[in-house]
Amino acid sequence: MTRTFLARNPSVLWFLLLLSLFTLGVTLLSEAYGLALISTSFIKTLGKTLCLCLAALAMDLIWGYAGILSLGHMAFFALGGYMIGMWLMYARTEAIVITALSNEALPATAQEIQNGIAAQIFGVVGASELPGVWVFAHSLPLQLLLVVLVPGLLALIFGWLAFRSRVTGVYLSILTQAMTLALALYLFQNDSGLRGNNGLSGLQNIPGLDAVSQDRISVWFLWASAAALGLGYLLVAWVVSGKFGSVIRAIRDDEARVRFLGYSVEGYKLFVFTLTAIIAAIAGALYYPQAGIINPAELAPIASIYLAVWVAIGGRGRLYGAVIGAALVSLLSSWFTGGRAPSLNLGFYTVNWVDWWLILLGLTFVCVTLFAPKGIGGLFDLWQGLRHPDRKGAALGPDDGALLEKEAKE
Amino acid sequence: MTQLLEVSGVSVTFDGFRAINNLSFSIGPAELRAIIGPNGAGKTTFMDIVTGKTRPDEGRVLWGSRLQSLLSMSEAQIARAGVGRKFQRPTVFEDQTVADNLMMALKAARGPLAVLFWSPKVADHARVAALAAEVGLGDALARKSGELSHGQKQWLEIGMLLAQEPQLLLVDEPAAGMTLAEREHTTRLLVDLARTRAVVVVEHDMEFVRRLNCKVTVLHEGSVLAEGSLDHVTRNPQVIDVYLGRSER
Repeated sequence: MTRTFLARNPSVLWFLLLLSLFTLGVTLLSEAYGLALISTSFIKTLGKTLCLCLAALAMDLIWGYAGILSLGHMAFFALGGYMIGMWLMYARTEAIVITALSNEALPATAQEIQNGIAAQIFGVVGASELPGVWVFAHSLPLQLLLVVLVPGLLALIFGWLAFRSRVTGVYLSILTQAMTLALALYLFQNDSGLRGNNGLSGLQNIPGLDAVSQDRISVWFLWASAAALGLGYLLVAWVVSGKFGSVIRAIRDDEARVRFLGYSVEGYKLFVFTLTAIIAAIAGALYYPQAGIINPAELAPIASIYLAVWVAIGGRGRLYGAVIGAALVSLLSSWFTGGRAPSLNLGFYTVNWVDWWLILLGLTFVCVTLFAPKGIGGLFDLWQGLRHPDRKGAALGPDDGALLEKEAKE
Repeated sequence: MTQLLEVSGVSVTFDGFRAINNLSFSIGPAELRAIIGPNGAGKTTFMDIVTGKTRPDEGRVLWGSRLQSLLSMSEAQIARAGVGRKFQRPTVFEDQTVADNLMMALKAARGPLAVLFWSPKVADHARVAALAAEVGLGDALARKSGELSHGQKQWLEIGMLLAQEPQLLLVDEPAAGMTLAEREHTTRLLVDLARTRAVVVVEHDMEFVRRLNCKVTVLHEGSVLAEGSLDHVTRNPQVIDVYLGRSER
């Protein structure tokens, strides 16, 4: 009982080992540092996938462990991306403007530079003033702080309002959908201060690293994403391993009973909601510099639903399940929709995967929900011969209980 | 003697139905009390009010020597103040082990941050093991509680209540679904507990109430009909009329 955290959770060690091997392997096959067998764009895809895995980890914590089906976590992911995107765009534009103004006879004043940046960034939406939300955009540390603070505060306020009123189940899911949709619609407006539907672009160009080629930067981001995923995995595994994990799983299973044990259910939900929002935001802040562009469509409700689908297919309630689901489904998704998957010729009809992928995904989701509620992660249980008691069953009589016990020993 | 819990003039209405009607009830700090009454007498609603699940329309519920009002507190706050509740159906967390269930109930700080950074000490493990042994689950610590039999789940829930160290225990039909030997064990345990804290038992089974050998409160249509020893209340003609006499007629 007094063994160390890693000894009690061997899967954490396995996960970190596999993640390191994966990162090392990709680095050795990359164009910048190895055999050049993997293209830079694919390395970016892999790096982005790691970020999605981190977001799925957050989703698993809130859905699989705490039982709150939030369908709005990609809003926090995108907000994290917007926050880092503001600095990337500002700093890069600043460099361009300074270069352009250096040809003038008189050295440019700070105001001239500021005006130049504003005109460059906001010309596309017909404005030339830097909006108030960009006030910290000149500073990387401040903007990094906002990556955590803005989504964290939004989650705190939204969660406080929702949980305090004891909104649960499907109603909470609908509320979170409404939140992400409302945020997307707001950001679509040109006067939202974040360039409306143009979004922020050119994020792959890291200010100050002009001399470094993209094939190197892509590997650096892969390392950063892998490190974030590893640390996130450790954090979430630690959170769910102790009594806190016990309490949130208890809230998932019977929240009224948890109240009578003296735990304030609302406080725990709010804590988990905010923590997962921050994890998702950090994942987003690493994702969008690799994607290069962010626009309000990233906050569409469907994005958060995908997140739930990944976790369901991977197996909710276990951390590696969420990671496997997110990695597998998002990579398959980009393969099928990227036009590289060979079309299936049925003679009378040719299945074009770009059109049919969503249907395949939907069918998979339905099948997993119906026939394998534990998802891909459930395969590990089969392999280890583990059985879990059915939580949904009615109370067993003494005889049935004895029978179950015998089965469990086998 | 000052009372531990004092409920006075409490009424509650559900959609026009008066479930509790001007109910007054009090219990001392170390007392065993049985509440009996026909179906719909308001026994469960009474427990819901004390534990904060239901808010009464009027009346007062005062707690402890400082006469704290329970009406302005949430369920969790009331539980932390020292009111424990055992439900009729055993409600344990079936996906978790017996040890986890007990550890969660163990008296300790309940805030999210305190719990996050909490780790069990040797004394906590010992306490969990002792509690499990006390309720006959000493060998089942590592088992998922979903695998336990109905009776064992009842015992686990009682163990969780003990782990909370409440000053007032509300127990809803503890003997339901138990074998004769288990009932005797339960009786002994409840009588034992009532030496150091207040215990309120809601029960249908008169035989079980007789064995508890304590003061009895009879509820009828949401208010107290009679109070006293079991022999005293069973001689009360009104009680015979509304409750006891019914089946014999």
